[in-house]
Amino acid sequence: MIKVKKYVGFNFDIGEIKRYAKISNTNVFDLLINECIDEVKDKLTYKVCYDEFDVNVINNRIDFGVFDVNSSNLSVNLAGSNKAIIFATTIGIEIDRLINKYLKIAPSKAIIFQAIGAERIETLANAFNNEIATMYPNFILKPRYSPGYGDFDIKYQKKIFDVLNCYKNIGLTLNDSLIMSPSKSVTAIIGLESKG
Amino acid sequence: MNLKELIKNNLIYLDGGMGSLLQEQGLKVGEYPERWNITNPEKVKNAHLSYFNAGSNIVCTNTFGANILKFSLDELDKIIKCAIDNANQARNESCLQQEKFIALDIGPLGKMLKPYGDLDFEKAVEIFKTTISIGVKYGVDLVFIETMSDSYETKAALLAVKETCDLPVFVSNAYQENGKLLTGADPLAMIAMLEGLGADAIGVNCSLGPKALIPIIDKYLKYSSTPIILKPNAGLPTVIDGKTVYNVTEKEFATDVYSMVKKGVNIIGGCCGTTPSYVKELVEITKGAKITPISKKDLTVVSSYTHAVIFDNEPILIGERINPTGKKAFKNALINNDIDYILKEGLSQEEKGVQLLDVNVGIPDINEKETLTKVVFELQSICSLPLQIDTSNVDAMESALRIYNGKPLINSVNGKKDSMRKIFPLVKKYGGVVIALTLDEKGIPPLAEDRLKIAKQILRVASRYGISKNDIIFDPLALTVSSDCNAGKETLKAIELIKTKLNAHVSLGVSNVSFGLPSREYLNSTFFALALSKGLSCAIINPNSLEMLKTYYSYRALVGLDNNFTNYIDFATNNTFIQGAVKTPEVTDLKTSIIKGLKDSAIINTKELLKSVEPLKIIEEYIIPALDVVGKGYENKTLYLPSLLISAEASKASFDVIKETLPKDKSNTKCKIVIATVKGDIHDIGKNIVKLLLENYGFDVIDLGKDVDSKVILNSVIKTNAPILCLSALMTTTVSSMEDTIKLIKEKAKYCKIIVGGAVLTETYAKNINADYYAKDAMEGVRIAEKINSKL
Repeated sequence: MIKVKKYVGFNFDIGEIKRYAKISNTNVFDLLINECIDEVKDKLTYKVCYDEFDVNVINNRIDFGVFDVNSSNLSVNLAGSNKAIIFATTIGIEIDRLINKYLKIAPSKAIIFQAIGAERIETLANAFNNEIATMYPNFILKPRYSPGYGDFDIKYQKKIFDVLNCYKNIGLTLNDSLIMSPSKSVTAIIGLESKG
Repeated sequence: MNLKELIKNNLIYLDGGMGSLLQEQGLKVGEYPERWNITNPEKVKNAHLSYFNAGSNIVCTNTFGANILKFSLDELDKIIKCAIDNANQARNESCLQQEKFIALDIGPLGKMLKPYGDLDFEKAVEIFKTTISIGVKYGVDLVFIETMSDSYETKAALLAVKETCDLPVFVSNAYQENGKLLTGADPLAMIAMLEGLGADAIGVNCSLGPKALIPIIDKYLKYSSTPIILKPNAGLPTVIDGKTVYNVTEKEFATDVYSMVKKGVNIIGGCCGTTPSYVKELVEITKGAKITPISKKDLTVVSSYTHAVIFDNEPILIGERINPTGKKAFKNALINNDIDYILKEGLSQEEKGVQLLDVNVGIPDINEKETLTKVVFELQSICSLPLQIDTSNVDAMESALRIYNGKPLINSVNGKKDSMRKIFPLVKKYGGVVIALTLDEKGIPPLAEDRLKIAKQILRVASRYGISKNDIIFDPLALTVSSDCNAGKETLKAIELIKTKLNAHVSLGVSNVSFGLPSREYLNSTFFALALSKGLSCAIINPNSLEMLKTYYSYRALVGLDNNFTNYIDFATNNTFIQGAVKTPEVTDLKTSIIKGLKDSAIINTKELLKSVEPLKIIEEYIIPALDVVGKGYENKTLYLPSLLISAEASKASFDVIKETLPKDKSNTKCKIVIATVKGDIHDIGKNIVKLLLENYGFDVIDLGKDVDSKVILNSVIKTNAPILCLSALMTTTVSSMEDTIKLIKEKAKYCKIIVGGAVLTETYAKNINADYYAKDAMEGVRIAEKINSKL
């Protein structure tokens, strides 16, 4: 059965937010960033749904038991793995609303919310990644790999959404163009290679 | 027995989890459980049977995800037929004697509705209707809409049921730990909307265990007049030895649910992790329990996608600014389909503290139905206030009510037979509160007593349509005192009469009273104070009027509605009007204001300049040179994007001031540009930034929005004869839409130059798909557009 994890929250990394907003070399916007953080912080939810699957890599074909993937890049990434965690995360729809709202009245703030959203979802994915490392002490974790990277076709998003039942579990949806909604969301695969 | 009657005074047992039962019997991860109705009918039937045998009165068919997004029509028909057969067979085989019903189970579609997803509201209604029609064809006793975590999708599903059959319909939502749905609605917002739309039972399922749902259920008990459903999970799932186990036992589960039954919940069952043994325990523990039928709460309430507003002793402010009457710039915005202008008007009123927004877009030169629907749709995507749909066009009203995400306030009906005949069915069907004007075929009676008579007549007719007094707010009409010096007095008397004789709510469009007189705000605010003292429930006002706000906050403080004077003190000390009155602009020239991004200062300086300088000269000699300074700074990488945007926002504010002094066709110094995010793509941050900068550089930008079909883009290019088209796409999956659009434009509107941009595009790719230009960022887009414009 698919597992669901909810996190209470994480500290905001101003440096990362500035990096995403491409304003790393200035402190001019620090006040604005803090204002935006105050406005959004109570509106975010941090959710992950995931499960562990057996992995069988044969040439460029990866068999997860629940679906197959053809991708040379993913098979290189998963080389040596006999298990994988497939997961989906989201920070919810409210940040999308704020971005949309501020695009109408103050686009400069929309840009900052956009960067905050990027920092939040990466922080969430990293936190989950670290937790998997703790849960699987006898495994080497491969770097997480998402549909759309390299030749791992984005069409596999559909398979991941079906398997993880993303809408029911964390409120994450996929549109016909394979765009996720809420937009600040990540799906990925983490290969697990046994240390022994 | 009739189910609708049964749920009024009896404890009704639902079933428990289905998915988890089927998984135990071999349903694989990722496999659609609905297909098991066909492939494993015995196992599905046995699951239903075990629930009937545990004491369930209602079992839900195994059709949670049965819809045409997942299955072909043929397979869907077969799945639903088999699902109903399985449930019927279980009912026939069960020996227990309780009343037994079969509910067609409807779960969410798994797609987000527009604007945050790509599923159109009407399309969602159609999808639900397909499933429901099949269910009705094969025979069910009720429809059970469950686990809905979006208010808008819940409305689509409920509307689909109402437009397909007369079966009883139960609606249950899945709340998060924060007590709200995924898309933001709180329990009262849902109760208001669902009761308005005519659900027979409403409540809560899934997400959490029974204890965690208590605060949410308490809200239902406090506000609902409809029987309440409680169908919690068996607590939270934990993984033990690789298996998912729920942490609430049957006993604990049943005890917690029973505690809610004692408070008034009467439709109970379980969701994820619960099994027939949970239902059995529930039946046993509640045996002989006394039921408290749910009481009528008699609330007058409207709602948005997040929250509800209750009309009681607190006067409610309705912002009147989304209305073209007497506003040249607003009319121009409507004619030019400049929805952003209207949205800003809405957001600015929200900031000023009104609780509702009146939305009126009625001018002769536009398609009101289309425009009103679009404005309501766009407003409710970014503004959380409930809306008052204000139109005399019945088609426009119905269209807007349909797509409204909540329980709306409807403006208006009146005592004319024709008006009531047209409006009341809409109020009933879409579940709104309606403003009723006390006028009839003979006009507005001069005397208050006669207005009361019309109000009584309106109430009588409304009740024939099943509309209660709670869903009517009377407007006794503020007439102009300059034409009749007793008009104000009679209106005040009418407020008092309606309040005391009918115990009904009263609204007023206050500002009408002063029409034709100087310094209208003095009269308006005093009249407002007098009306409040007579018991006015809500008023349509201009929240930009400091005098009106002074009256509102002072009144609340003086009649004991403002504990510790908190709101009054906050208003009197922090109000931006008051602060603004003493604040002096930071800089004194327009160019510096724009370069530094000081919006207020830019507005003040523009107004000052307009006294002595030609408007177009201000654009050419002040605004554009200032923007060039920041634009070049951005291009040289000495300035950042947010700085560029802050300057652009200031210059836009300056532009808006200038536009008000110019006829529409004279305010743009450069050519028309059509801009859109292509079909399938719902990202529009980049597109909006480009639009803002282009407007600031004097281009006349026609923004078609996001997810725009190629034909719509072509039509707009041809209609406006725009020589430039800007297209944006963010995903590799949507670049093909861009290619299709370019192909179409090159075929049918060859004269139009196409500029493309977006995260996944490159110069080479742009060439490959036959675009004329690629812009790596917004500033480059402006430069290219300027180059094209200079050659025209």
